[in-house]
Amino acid sequence: MSLTDGSALVTSNETSRYVSQEQQLATLTRRLALQRVLDGLFRKTTLFFALFVLAMLAAIIAALIYGGYPAIEKFGPGFLTSRAWNPVTHEYGALNAIYGTVVTSFIALLIGVPLSFGIAVFLTELCPVWLKQPLGTAVELLAGIPSIIYGIWGLFVFAPIFAEYIQPFLTRTVGAIPVIGELFQGPPTGIGVLAAGIILAVMVIPFIASVMRDVFEVVPGVLKESAYGLGATTWEVVRNIVLPYTKAGVVGGIMLGLGRALGETMAVTFVIGNAPKIAASLYSPGNSIASTLANEFAEASDVLHVSSLISLGLVLFLITLIVLTLAKLMLAQLAKQEGART
Amino acid sequence: MNAVLRPAASPASTNVKISVKNLQFFYGSFQSLKNINLEIPERRITAFIGPSGCGKSTLLRTFNRMYDLYPGQRADGEILLNGKNILEKDQDVNLLRAKVGMVFQKPTPFPMSIYDNIAFGVKLYERLSASEMDDRVEWALKKAAIWDEVKDKLKQSGLSLSGGQQQRLCIARAVAVRPEVVLLDEPTSALDPISTAKIEELVHELKEDYTIAMVTHNMQQAARVSDFTAYMYLGELVEYGVTSELFIKPQRKETEDYITGRFG
Repeated sequence: MSLTDGSALVTSNETSRYVSQEQQLATLTRRLALQRVLDGLFRKTTLFFALFVLAMLAAIIAALIYGGYPAIEKFGPGFLTSRAWNPVTHEYGALNAIYGTVVTSFIALLIGVPLSFGIAVFLTELCPVWLKQPLGTAVELLAGIPSIIYGIWGLFVFAPIFAEYIQPFLTRTVGAIPVIGELFQGPPTGIGVLAAGIILAVMVIPFIASVMRDVFEVVPGVLKESAYGLGATTWEVVRNIVLPYTKAGVVGGIMLGLGRALGETMAVTFVIGNAPKIAASLYSPGNSIASTLANEFAEASDVLHVSSLISLGLVLFLITLIVLTLAKLMLAQLAKQEGART
Repeated sequence: MNAVLRPAASPASTNVKISVKNLQFFYGSFQSLKNINLEIPERRITAFIGPSGCGKSTLLRTFNRMYDLYPGQRADGEILLNGKNILEKDQDVNLLRAKVGMVFQKPTPFPMSIYDNIAFGVKLYERLSASEMDDRVEWALKKAAIWDEVKDKLKQSGLSLSGGQQQRLCIARAVAVRPEVVLLDEPTSALDPISTAKIEELVHELKEDYTIAMVTHNMQQAARVSDFTAYMYLGELVEYGVTSELFIKPQRKETEDYITGRFG
């Protein structure tokens, strides 16, 4: 009797445990199913965001081609090589603006990259601890100044000083060298292609410098110590270890700066002089794609003028694309020099 | 293991390479080395053992003044290398580091080819012709017992090697500049037992030409490889002597507790 009771007790106990286990399993399954749904939803949402960027890009390209089509149809590839820009005779060509854009950006990088590199190396390798924070913040603040302020500063403060002191000095010194000297001839007006390039250099420095600083900081300390341990100096460590280790980031930073320089509108419009011409001297005024657009959009009335301007925008887009592709190719080439990894 | 205990030479029979006198070391205001005095004999292996944070790595890093890279770290006292105090202000630290090579806990190949990894340090101080450089690279890689494994892929990245190979590459890199002293900071702690055995064997061979100071967490390794062992604890040198004697018959109770595992 008592035995039967005992076994019944055990059975009922086991049953209840079994039931509760089943219930637990059911809850778990439900929760897992829900999580799977949520996971799928999350994946689809992020996919949508990512595709959204692609769609925007395609839409912008399509809009540029559509808007620029009348000009493309009329001028064909000759648009790229023509120096004409005359709303009266309806003749339009992009070469002046392409020249201004490429040359000002090139000057900006020529000045900006070495300076940024110096800033980044100082901040990461040489700077005393107490100066690191204030200097780093100052560089970041420089990036936050609106471009219109650079424009005003460039026109009213920088240009007069540039015309008064720096341009005559450059003409006397660098201007005396054959070939290169041609670039530094002419009346010192303070505005022009060189002035625009220098203002752009100031504007891209914070971008390039802060990216370089950030990537230099991720170089493992022990890797640098290994090089110092062989007797290398700071320069040798930076040149042979830090730069190769961070080259992708460094090129990325330069591209970021170049992107800004190519597309910069307001500051360039203030100081470039806005004359559609190509001259040997960097002192002469010019225009860039962005400055042409900013100057003429309001007044462009006929279809061909507007579509020529839109085509200019498309050209700017293409220049950026070409530059990015070249950068990727360069990185691939550098990686090859380093030796295969497998 | 293959490298067995050897009859230890008595300290008196060899020249002193590094002589540390009243060395104090500070991280900011924290004193991590307290009054260290010891002599490291030439062409012998000296091991530094002790629990984490005892200052053994710190001591090693004073021998090539690696701490100079970091503001707030400072050493007082004297470290004589060949009789000259390297803590003096006028000591050229780059030149010092060319004479006192270092190998780290984790392998640190440079992001360049195997060949360039070796040539990098050599180029800093010597002007060699291409063929001389080839010879030097081969010599260093042979010294580090890795030549046979890499001779056909010198142009490949140093990062393509396995962990143990990378560490031997780093030893080859340190040896290539022909230093007088090689500092090894736990050189096998990130490696598997087979790679460890290879490195130990290599270290044993290197002492023919170099003075070796080695930090290790592994007491068996110290016993297997080194001629002299120093036991450190809380920034102080507790005991220093011939390895076989220190492990078999430690003079101090603290040392005995540590090496028999009764520590703490």
